Amino acid sequence: MSAASRSDKPTGARITAVTSGKGGVGKTFITANLAAALARRGERVLVLDADLGLANLDVVLNLYSKITLHDVFMGRVSLEDAILPAPGGFSVLLAGSGMVEYSRMTPEVGDKLRALITAVRPRYDHVLLDTGAGISDVVLFTISLADEVLVVATSEPTSLADAYATVKVLATTQAARPMHLVVNQVSRMGEGRQVRAQLQQVVDRFVNASRPQPTRLAYVGEIPHDNAVREAVQRRQLLIDTLPGSAAAKAFAQVAARMLGENA
Amino acid sequence: MPTAPLQPLADLSLDSALALLRHAGLEEPAGDHGSPAWLQSVIDRLVDLSSRDPLTGLANRRQFELSLAREVDRVARSGESALLLMVDIDHFKKVNDTHGHAAGDLVIQSVGRALIETVRPMDQVARIGGEEFGVVLPNCPAAFGPQVADRVRQRVARHPVQLPNGESVSVTVSIGGAFAPQWVRSSPGIWMERSDRQLYRAKDEGRDRVCLEPSAMPEVSAEEKGLLFAATSWQDDE
Repeated sequence: MSAASRSDKPTGARITAVTSGKGGVGKTFITANLAAALARRGERVLVLDADLGLANLDVVLNLYSKITLHDVFMGRVSLEDAILPAPGGFSVLLAGSGMVEYSRMTPEVGDKLRALITAVRPRYDHVLLDTGAGISDVVLFTISLADEVLVVATSEPTSLADAYATVKVLATTQAARPMHLVVNQVSRMGEGRQVRAQLQQVVDRFVNASRPQPTRLAYVGEIPHDNAVREAVQRRQLLIDTLPGSAAAKAFAQVAARMLGENA
Repeated sequence: MPTAPLQPLADLSLDSALALLRHAGLEEPAGDHGSPAWLQSVIDRLVDLSSRDPLTGLANRRQFELSLAREVDRVARSGESALLLMVDIDHFKKVNDTHGHAAGDLVIQSVGRALIETVRPMDQVARIGGEEFGVVLPNCPAAFGPQVADRVRQRVARHPVQLPNGESVSVTVSIGGAFAPQWVRSSPGIWMERSDRQLYRAKDEGRDRVCLEPSAMPEVSAEEKGLLFAATSWQDDE
């Protein structure tokens, strides 16, 4: 995004939609640990659980709250009362599981989500939207509210295919925005960059060829599939808390730096 | 919660339950009257009876909604592709008016059989209303949906129903369908509504046709996949 268009944006948080195409690739785990890495750098971060039907941010963070986004949407509680402090020094707004009424896009759901983003934007530096997997209409709408997109993929074929389909549908149906790629569960260093190169090659050939504004996937890092990750997931803790010295924890710090525009 | 002392099982009043089983052509379970095993068999038969449509022997709406709910839950996390078809007999009232209700019943039974014979054993076929049927097809890839639905439509159109008086009745069906949203917790009600909307579209567009909800996922061609998966080949080489 050019400097000019950025200055047109309302001041406040940069809104990043975290999405993956396929489910089960570690999207929520990445979102939570990235939030902690950004918070560690002094950024004010809110993670908004936008996976309205299958939310599991509460599970990843071992948090429990009776108050959820649904209560905010229903006007039962104020936004302030629904936002909770998370272990990693950031804030969260939990969706709560089974918000079936939001599983389908309606003008009402759209208005509520848009109003929510407007309300939180002035209060933070970063808002991460943990969208649902797949590209349902609600997910696509949620992504449309963001200033940038972070795609989470693994090198596994179904994940690659779904990540590609997501990039393609965003490139062809939504306004051009910065698009980042983080590759999860890599088995050796350098795999992430290769996955990115491969995805970009297919995007160039089949998507960009017919479009005036080329879509570019900016590589922001790879997360190794190591014991530290397994342990953190099992303990339902953030990597920074469980094993701050692990390669995976350092990888998140690097992703955070790159997301902030540093050449880490 | 205080529980009342258990009545001896033999004293339970089961006359109407047993009469219902006999009426449905189900044998009374063997074994000692009032024994837990015997009672279990009675209950099993009643459950079976209450989940079936008497006219066609297919699952009834109650059973169908239970299957839908299970499938919605499964698809939400597995991301598998599942299709729901709503099948409605075209101009069914005319069949009843012209040939009588007995003929109407035969037509419904015949369409039910056509459905069972054109889908996989794992798919659930149910009669969910007067002349309306539902089919849940778990693990049905998006690309196969239109083919499966059209096979059902053709099968019905090409097999006239023979009536006892020697006449035959040709009927057609309109079919609407929608895939369960992958990775989304939805509800059976929403899924049925989406499929129903496609069924109305099929009726509006002239009947004897299939309308499926268009998929949001763009087609990823074999060529695109080939180039994409070249990425994984180097991993195997090493």
